[in-house]
Amino acid sequence: MSNLIVSLSPHAHGTDSVERNMYGVILALVPALLVSFFYFGIGSAIVCLTSVAACMFFEWAITKYLLKKESTVLDGSAILTGLLLGFNLPSNLPVWIVLIGALVAIGVGKMTFGGLGCNPFNPALVGRCFLLVSFPVEMTSWPVAGQLLKYTDATTAATPLSVMKNAIKTGDASCLNQLPDSMSMLLGNPGLNNGAGTVGEVCALALLLGLAFMLWKKIITWHIPVSIIATVFVFSGILHLANPVYASPVAELLSGGLMLGAIFMATDYVTSPMTYKGQLIYGVAIGFLTVVIRNWGAYPEGMSFAILIMNAFTPLINAYIKPKRFGEVIKKEDK
Amino acid sequence: MKLRTFRIGGIHPEENKITAEVATKVAALPTQAIFPLSQHIGAPAKPVVAKGDKVKVGTLLAEAGGFVSAPIYSSVSGTVLKIDNAVDATGYRKPCIIVKVEGDEWEESIDRSDKLETVAAHPELTPEEIVNRIKVAGVTGMGGAGFPTFIKLCPPPGAKAECVIINGVECEPYITSDYRLMMEHADEILVGLDLLMKAAKVDKGYIGIEDNKPEAIRLLEEKTANNPNVEIVPLAKKYPQGGEKQLVDAVIRRQVPAPPAIPVNVGAIVQNVGTAFAVYQAVMKNKPLFERYTTVTGKKVANPGNFLVRMGTPMKELIDFCGGMPEGDNKVLAGGPMMGKALTSTEVPVCKGTNSITILTDSDARRKKPQACIRCAKCVSVCPMGLEPFLLATASSMHNWEKVEQEDITSCIECGSCQFTCPAHRPLLDNIRLGKTTVMGIIRARNAKK
Amino acid sequence: MNFILIALVVLGGIALVAAVILYICSKKFAVHEDPRIGQVASVLPGANCGGCGFAGCSGMADALVKGADSGSIEGLFCPVGGSAVMGQVADLLGMAVANSEPKVAVVRCNGTCELRKRIAVYDGLKTCTAVNACGAGETGCGFGCLGCGDCVSACQFGAIQINPETGLPEVDEDKCIGCGACAKACPRHVIELRKKGPKGRRVYVRCVNKDKGAAAMKACKAACIGCGKCLKECKFEAITVENNLSYIDPDKCRMCRKCEAACPTGAIVAVNFPPRKPKAESGVEVATAAKNGSENKEEA
Repeated sequence: MSNLIVSLSPHAHGTDSVERNMYGVILALVPALLVSFFYFGIGSAIVCLTSVAACMFFEWAITKYLLKKESTVLDGSAILTGLLLGFNLPSNLPVWIVLIGALVAIGVGKMTFGGLGCNPFNPALVGRCFLLVSFPVEMTSWPVAGQLLKYTDATTAATPLSVMKNAIKTGDASCLNQLPDSMSMLLGNPGLNNGAGTVGEVCALALLLGLAFMLWKKIITWHIPVSIIATVFVFSGILHLANPVYASPVAELLSGGLMLGAIFMATDYVTSPMTYKGQLIYGVAIGFLTVVIRNWGAYPEGMSFAILIMNAFTPLINAYIKPKRFGEVIKKEDK
Repeated sequence: MKLRTFRIGGIHPEENKITAEVATKVAALPTQAIFPLSQHIGAPAKPVVAKGDKVKVGTLLAEAGGFVSAPIYSSVSGTVLKIDNAVDATGYRKPCIIVKVEGDEWEESIDRSDKLETVAAHPELTPEEIVNRIKVAGVTGMGGAGFPTFIKLCPPPGAKAECVIINGVECEPYITSDYRLMMEHADEILVGLDLLMKAAKVDKGYIGIEDNKPEAIRLLEEKTANNPNVEIVPLAKKYPQGGEKQLVDAVIRRQVPAPPAIPVNVGAIVQNVGTAFAVYQAVMKNKPLFERYTTVTGKKVANPGNFLVRMGTPMKELIDFCGGMPEGDNKVLAGGPMMGKALTSTEVPVCKGTNSITILTDSDARRKKPQACIRCAKCVSVCPMGLEPFLLATASSMHNWEKVEQEDITSCIECGSCQFTCPAHRPLLDNIRLGKTTVMGIIRARNAKK
Repeated sequence: MNFILIALVVLGGIALVAAVILYICSKKFAVHEDPRIGQVASVLPGANCGGCGFAGCSGMADALVKGADSGSIEGLFCPVGGSAVMGQVADLLGMAVANSEPKVAVVRCNGTCELRKRIAVYDGLKTCTAVNACGAGETGCGFGCLGCGDCVSACQFGAIQINPETGLPEVDEDKCIGCGACAKACPRHVIELRKKGPKGRRVYVRCVNKDKGAAAMKACKAACIGCGKCLKECKFEAITVENNLSYIDPDKCRMCRKCEAACPTGAIVAVNFPPRKPKAESGVEVATAAKNGSENKEEA
C-alpha cells in the first residue's frame, strides 16, 4: 500500500478555477466580438486579433525573460486583457499603435506590479488611456459602421457622445436630434452617418447578453454593473430634466463605452472591491464620475477615466468597508 | 414556503451520500481495542484500570480528568493489555488504554432490551438526575468536536436556555450516519430530545434537518405530529449548516455574537442527533457511551456502508470489512471531506467523535496547484462568519498577528468554505488556522497576565 | 522687472509664513527624547532581529538607557553585536560590561531522509506550523524536524539552510549570531541555543523524541531511546534522562566524549573536535573519527 496523503481540511474542492472564470468572461465577450465583425469587418478583426496576440506574446515574454516565473499565458487573463483592449480601440487604428497599447497594458499595467492579481489598475484601460493621451487624433476618429473591407482608410464621423458633447458646448439642445434612436443604439447603428465608436461598444444588446451569461455562470455578481447603470440613469436623468441640453438617460446608457465598462471593465476581479457593500459604493462612484466627465470634462467619454480613478480608491474601500460579521445582527425575531 | 437557512455565505459541495440507503450493520468485534484517553475537548481522562485487569463491556476504564472532561468506558470484554502511547486521530502518539478482546460479556447494569422508555413513564428523573447520568455515562458531542454534553446543559451565569435544537443537518458530503440513525431510531432520538429539554428546563425543542433528507423529515414529522413542543425544521441545503452557530441562525433566526459567546447566550442548546440517542441510552438504559454509528465511505470503496461500531475498533478493520483500501493514492479521513482529519495510519481507533471514515482516492485525494490570488472575492461571499478569508490568510502568512486579530480571525469556524470555493486553489484555511492558533495563544497569554 | 519682484515677494512671503508655522510646530509638538537612546541605537547593529527580546534595535536602546538610569544593564545583551558592541554601549552609558558567552543555534534532530522513513505524503501549505497542526508529519516521529524551513525564513542572517539531501536544516556557525529567532519559529522546539563552547566544540544529544525506545526507533533509526547508557558513562553528572530523552547540560559537560561512544543509536554527537583522537580513549576511535569527519563537513 502506498503512503497515505495527509493535509489539513478541507479535503474537497469545488470545480471553480481561474481559467473557468477568465474563459467565461471571454466567452461572454464573443457576441460583442461577432457583432463588431459584422459592423466593422476587417478592421475590427485586425485590431482585436493583433491586440490579443500581442498581449499574449508580451505576457509570455515578460514572465519568461524578465520575471523568470512559470508562464501564466494560458490562464486566459492575457487573452482577456487583449480582447478588452481591442474592444476599446477604434477599428481603423494602425497595427503599430495597437502593439504599443498592448505593451503598455501588459508590461506597465500588469507585469510591473507582479502579474495577475497584483495590478492596481485595469490593464486594458491603462493601455487604452495611454493611447488616448499619446495618440489623441488616431484614438478619436471613429469609423462609420458598415465598411466591411476598409481598415485605416475607413470613413470616420462623430460618435453619439461627441454629438452630446457638442450640444452641451453650444448650449443648443437641437443638436441632440442628430442622435440615432435608442433602438439602433441598442442593436448598433448601421446606415446612419454617425461613427459607432470603438470596436466593442457598437451594440449594447450583445454586451447585455454577455452580462446575462456571466451572471448565470456566477462569474460576477450584479452589484457593480447594476449600480453603475442605475447611477448613470438617475444622475443623467436629473440633469436631462433640469436642462434638455443634457442628453436623455437612455441615450447616455446606450452610447459610448458605458455598457462595455460597466459590464466588463469595472467588474475586473483584481481591481474592484471585495465586499458587496464596497462594490456598490464603487459602482455608484463610477457612474457619478462618468456622467461628470462626459458632461463637463474635456473628453467626450468618461468611463475609462472613471474606472481608473475608482481603481485607485479600491484599496481604500477594501480597508474601510468590511462585510457584516456573523453575530452583528442580533435577535431579529420572527418566531 | 421558502425553507429556512443561515443568512451569511455558505456553499453547495457535491453531496456524494452514497451510503444513504444502506441499512446499518453491526460491525464485528475487533481483536484488540484502543481507547485514547483524550476523545473529547478538555482534560484527558485518568485511567482507573491497570495492566492485566479483566474488563467487561461497559466497565469504567478512565474517569473524568477535570471539570471539562469525560469518563471512558470499555466497549469490549477482555484483559487490559497495556496503558501506552498509540497514534490517535491527531496523528500524534497519545496515551491510550489497550484491551485484548475476549468474548463479549456485558456489565449487568446495562439494559439490553429494545423496549422504548418514555420520559412520562419515569417521573423520578429530575433534571439534575438526567444531567448527572449524562455526565457519568461519558456522553460527549457526537458530531465531531466532542464537547462534554453535560456542560452544555448547565448554562453559564447570565445565560438562560430557551430551547434545545437537535442537529440532524449532516451537511458534510459523504456522511450518512446521522441520517441512518434518524431513520432507524427516530423514537429513541425523540425521547433523547425530551430528556435534554427536561434537563435544560426548557419546553421547546427543534430538530433541524436539511431538505436533502425528505424521508427523515417525513418520518420525524409523523412521530411528532401530536407533540406541540417539538418542531421539525426542514432547512435548505447549504454547507456549513451543521455548524452550531449557523444552525441556531437557521432554526431560530438568532445570531450568536462573536466569541467567547456560545449558542446558549442567545438561548439555544445545540446537540447532535447522535448525542440525543446516546443521552437516551445513557439515561434510560444505563448504557454508557461506547458504541456509535459510523459511515465508511468513498467513491472507490468496494462496499461502503453504515455501521454500529464499538469504540476502540481500529479503522483498518472497518475498512477491510468494506472491501479494503482502494487502489491508488488514498487519503483516509476521520470525518467528512470538509472538516475531517486526514490520518497517517489506519490503525487509529474509532472514537466518540468519529462520525465517518471517508476515503478519497487519486485526484480527489490531492490538492490542486495553488495560483496567484485574483481577488475575485468569492471567499468573502461564501464565508458564513462574514470574514474576509483572503485578507486573513495573507496577513497570517506574513505573521501580522495584530491585523488578523483586528479582523476577527478568532470568529473563524474553520469550515473550509473559502478554500473550497477559491478558484486559484489557494491554501486559505491552512494560513488562517495558523493565524488563528497564534492569535488565540496571544490572547490567552494576555488574559493570563491580567 | 516687476514680475520678478512680485514673484520674489510672493515666494518669500510664502516661505516666511511656512517657516513660522514650522517653527511653532516644532516647538509646540516637540517630543523630548534622551539623546543617549539615539547614540546607543547607532552603536547597535540595526538588524532588528529581535534576538535581544525587544521588537527592534530602538526598543533595545530604550531599555538600555532606562537600565543605565536605574543602575544596571544586566540581562540586556545584543547577541548580534556580541561583547564588542555591548562594550561600546557600556562605555557610552558609563556602565560595567555585562559579559555573556556567545551562543549558537543547534538543530537537535538527525532524522535524515534515510534514517527516518516517510510514512505519509503531506499535501498542503509548506510551513512547519501547518504540518505540525496536521499531525506527526510525513515521518512517524511526532517530535523531530518537519523540514519545511520555518527556521530558514525566520533567520535574518542567512545562517540556516535546509540540506536537500538530508531534509534537515543546517546552521552556518560563522553566520549564526545566536539570536534565537529560529528556535522561536520552530513549532517543535527542535532548535536549541547552546553555548558555542571552547573552539566551537560541543557535545549534545541530536534528538528530541520523547517516545519510548521501541516507538522512537520505529520512527527513526537515529533517535534517542532513553536507554541511559550515556548517563552511566558520564562522570560529571552532566547528563539527565527524562521522558525517554537524554539531555547534556552544556555547563557541566567537560567534553570527554565518552557518552558519544556509548550511544547505541548515534544520537549523541560531538562537533568541531579534531579528527585525531584525543588521549585516554580506545576501542571506538575509528567510529568516532569517522563521525567527526562527517560532523565537520556538516557544520562547515
